[in-house]
Formats: sequence, C-alpha cells, structure tokens
Amino acid sequence: MAGETTTALTPTDPRDLLPGLEPDRRLDDWGRSERIEGLFDSTVYEFYYRIWFRCEVEGIENVPGTGGALLVSNHAGALPPDAAMITKAIREEHPQPRLVRPLVENFFKGYPGLSMLLPKIGCVPAHPANAHRLLADEGQLALVFPEGRKGSEKLYKERYRLRRFGRGGFVETAMKAGVPIIPIAVIGAEEAQPIFAHVSALQKLTKLIYFPITPTFPALGPLAALAFLPAKFKIRFLEPVRTDDMGAAPWEDASLVQEVAQEIRARIQEELLDMIGRRRSVWFG
Amino acid sequence: MPSKRVLITGLSTYWGGRLAQELEADPDVEAIIGIDRTPPKVELERTEFVQVADHHTLIRRIVQGAEIDTVVDTRLVIDSITTTPRKAHENNVIGTMNILAACSGPDTTVKKVVFRSSAHYYGCEQDDPSFFTEDMRRPHAPRTALERDIVEAEAAVGDFGAKHPQTTVTVLRFTHGLGPDIRTSHSQLLSLPVVPTILGFDPRYQFVHEDDIAGALAHAVREDLDGIYNVAADGVLALSEIISLLGKTNAPILPPWGTGLAVAAAKRLGIRIPREMVQELRFGRGLDNRRLKATGYRFRYTSRETIEKLREHQRVQPMLRDAGGEYRYEREVEDFLRWSPSVRREGEAEWRPSRDQIAALRRTLDSLEAGREPTGTDR
Repeated sequence: MAGETTTALTPTDPRDLLPGLEPDRRLDDWGRSERIEGLFDSTVYEFYYRIWFRCEVEGIENVPGTGGALLVSNHAGALPPDAAMITKAIREEHPQPRLVRPLVENFFKGYPGLSMLLPKIGCVPAHPANAHRLLADEGQLALVFPEGRKGSEKLYKERYRLRRFGRGGFVETAMKAGVPIIPIAVIGAEEAQPIFAHVSALQKLTKLIYFPITPTFPALGPLAALAFLPAKFKIRFLEPVRTDDMGAAPWEDASLVQEVAQEIRARIQEELLDMIGRRRSVWFG
Repeated sequence: MPSKRVLITGLSTYWGGRLAQELEADPDVEAIIGIDRTPPKVELERTEFVQVADHHTLIRRIVQGAEIDTVVDTRLVIDSITTTPRKAHENNVIGTMNILAACSGPDTTVKKVVFRSSAHYYGCEQDDPSFFTEDMRRPHAPRTALERDIVEAEAAVGDFGAKHPQTTVTVLRFTHGLGPDIRTSHSQLLSLPVVPTILGFDPRYQFVHEDDIAGALAHAVREDLDGIYNVAADGVLALSEIISLLGKTNAPILPPWGTGLAVAAAKRLGIRIPREMVQELRFGRGLDNRRLKATGYRFRYTSRETIEKLREHQRVQPMLRDAGGEYRYEREVEDFLRWSPSVRREGEAEWRPSRDQIAALRRTLDSLEAGREPTGTDR
C-alpha cells in the first residue's frame, strides 16, 4: 500500500481504544467467567490451598499492586497444581487482591472439555500477542512457566532441576511490554504428583501430551489424575527484574535476552535449593 | 481527498446495496454508480445501476466515462455455501484482478480503492492469537478453497497498492456480519431453534452489525484510510453466551472427533455447515479493532448488542413474513424516475442564478468585451 504519510491519523494510545466492559456480560473478551472462576476458587482452590497443600507464601510484596507484570515460575506435577496455587496466593495474601492470567500452552485448545473450561477459569492461550495485550494494554498480571511441558513431564528423580527456559521468549515479551518480571519459586508440586515413568505407546494411543505413571494414575482411573499427595506447598515471590531500564528496544539484542532469561532461571534454581535445604519434612514443611 | 464519484462493484450483494443507500444520504457524493451481474436487491434513489459482468474493458469504460475517483469493491464471496467453489474462485480472484485492472493505467481517474475482505483471511487454527491484528500474517497455509481465494485476492490488492503509490488502497477485513437483512451460514445456524455445537468446545465469536458494515464502508469512502483494517464490533462472545442471549438451546451434538462425518450427516438433514465454519465452531476467532477505531470510526453496536438486535428480529420475523413483498428492481421504472423530466424530484433544488447575479455577469462580460478590467462586480 502507499506510504503511511497519506493517512491522516491522530496518534492515539491503543489502550484508550480497548473495548469497554459491558456490565451484563457473563464473560470477558478472553472468555473468563467470573462466576465459574469464583466457583472453582471457593471450592477446589480453597480446599487445596488451605487444607491439602497448606500453602505458605513469602515475598508477596514483590507483586506490584497495579500495572502489568510477568510472573515466571518453575513447573511440576503431571497435572500441575502450581498455577492455581500462585493465583490463589495473590488473591488471598496480596493487600490489593489481583487477578492472575495463567498463560497455557495452546494444545489445550484442542482438547474437548479443557478447551471449554480453561478460558472460563481465567487461562489465556500462550501467544506473544496475547501476552502483550494482557501486559501492556490491559495492565494485568500474567503467569508463565517457561519450562512448559518439559517441566511438568519430568520424572521424580529429576525433581527441582529446572529445565531449559524455552528460548527466552518470556523475557522478550516483558521487554516489549515494558513490565517487570517477577520470578517465583514453588516447592511441593514435585512431591504432590510425582511421575515415575512415561508410557509412550499409551501416549500415542490417547493423544495426550504425555501418559505418566503417578501414584494414582492410571491405576485408579482417569479422574485420579486430579488426585494429589498432601505435600506442603511453599511459594516464594522474588524481587522484580525491571525491563524498562535496559535501553531502547532491548529485545533486539538476542544475547541480552538470553542473559536475562539465564539469570532468572539461575535465581529460581538457587531459591529452590535454599527452600529445600530449609525444609524438614516434605509433608509438614 | 473526499470521494465525489463512486463506483460500487457488487451492488446486488448485501454490502454493496447498503453502502449505496448510505452514500445516497451524503450530499458530498455527486455520483454513485453500481455494477453487478444481477439487479440490486434494495431500493435505491439516485444510484445508477449498470448490469455488467466483471470484465475489465467494460468496467474501465464506465470508470473513465463517469470520471470515477473511488472504487469500492464489495463483490467478495465469503460464504462457501452460497455458490460453487469454481464460481467463488472466478468471482474472488479473477473478478478482483479485473476490477483492479480497470482501475490501473497511467491516465486513470481512480484515486481510491476500497476492498471488502473478510476475517477468513486469518483462518482459524489452534495456535491462533486471541485477537488478530492487521499486521499478523496468516500463520498457516489456507485450509479451504475459499480461504485460498481470499488470500490470493488480498495479495492482488496488495500488489496493486505497491504499484500505485498515489492511490489510497483500503482493505477492510470484516468479521461475521449479522442483522435482519443479512443471510450467511452463521445467521442460518443461529436461527435454528436448537443450535448444534461441537461437544467440549465453546469458541469465541465476534460479530459486526449490518449497519456498522455499511458505516465502515462509508467511513472508508469519506476518509482516506490507507492500509488494512479489521472491522469487528467491540466485545468477543462465547458461543454458549450467544446461544443463551438468543434464547435458544445449545446442542453439543457434533462429536469432537470425526466432526467431518457428522457435518456430512447434518447436511443430509438440511443443515449445511461449511468447512470454514467447522474450524470456527472449534476454535473461534477474535479481532483487534483498535486500528479502525483510531481513525475515528465508532461502532454503533457491540457484538452483544448485535446479537440482541438479531433476537428482536427473530421475535418479530414470524409476524413479518408474507407481510410485504420483497423489493424487485424494475429497470423501466427506475430509469423513468431518474431521467424523465416529468418527475418532480424532491430535494433537488436546482441552482438558478438570481437576477442580480445575471446582471453582474452581464456587466463583467461587457467589460471584458470592451477590453477593460471588470469593475463593480457584486460578487
């Protein structure tokens, strides 16, 4: 098309043009349902948070009260409970309870049922454009697990050993949005649902992302994937890493992006070892 | 540059007809000429209709003859149930190339081309972003013939824009239009008492009201918008939300696996679900409409209000059926009304010079004749 100069556009902040909230809507534009999320929050999450995992939270003051921020955590458990517990922790412990939008891998969009449920409870498909809109335009909290499925599928014997942090895409996203990264270290999830082995033949047959052998699954049936052992959870929010003071367009600098990603990974790993070192019992903390 | 002389291709499509009506109300638009293969389906006051196929030499003659400055191309077929794939390809790809050919050339009068495209350009896949922006390239190769044609047509428009930097080229990517007068496979699906959905999926949908379709096209005619713009109302709804807003029953009868077979079976029952729609019933699609809003366009309805309007229409429709006959274009009558001197045209206050102005003109002419500077002109 012809040059941009012919277009007489008034420079407008794209944030001002976001659609307003319609009060009668039951869902927001991402598909989150206040009612369904509330229902989960007051029953399942409440039970696991208070009674089953007895979550203990440190450093909640590192989560900003306003504006966008990217929460980055380690990931574990065949059906990882860590996202729900971090979300719940910010809702329960933060002086200004905020909504957290976990970014989930988009293969869930292909699973019937899950594809329906996950958006309703606030999850957003992980896509750089989605993360940018959440963080920069809407000023929300987004939660990512850069290890992805490599984190949740690792075996019990590899517990608390962080996997590769993707390709550093999360750092790029935070830099572009100009929001801080808040690293999070979580312990307990590895013991809550340890994976002893993978059955690749059954994985191919069921077309699941993996087919793990856990203490309850598949021996007690498919619903047993929801069963966790009552390990004590500890969630530690670490000091934010600012991304808005790294010069102009820091995301263009691939080595800087990798460096920041490595640094965040190292900090979480260090913090995890510290937390495990202090832990007297897996079940009682 | 404001458009004065507009050519609408695809006048008989819903989009072309509504745009013509919208432009007729605008006194700045001098001439509106519509072309199509078939007569228009809406009542038009001053739009002139020329029945012609998409042949570029003929269109070119019309463009040159009428000194057209703006061409709005609304012909694109966006619903594969309306015609055969072959005809759709002929119309969407070959037709677009013909129209662009008619607008090009060193001596062309055309300053602006507005192309109505569709959100089908983006396709619908599992790893799509939740809100497409205009800069996003299509992440996967097109799945269906219709999508392939739309991508190809847009590429032709893009080429035209690159070769004609002086011409304003606007591409409007419309999401699904809904309204009383628009008939697509989605409006048909949503008019069923029981809406079939895919078990375990609740896709996100965005709509645009038919008034906003005409409004956005007219906006592109009035303003100079260079580039690509998504046209979708504010608000993305889940299909379950839409069905309950319409007061219908959600029937998750299409199986998540082997959906294609079920769709084939539904076809036997008279419910035709095109392939594009199967993908959308699974993954849905949302568009970012902020670029168009930044140009000053304000949507009259949100997606939700569009659905509510549709519901109102669905309630009164049984009463309206058989009430008034459908509009039929009668060439002789239309020509008589437009051209006969016997017809008293309302609002056409013909300009006549006043007595003083004639006197002033005469004096000027006299003085010019006498080789003097004109003096004492009143105006």
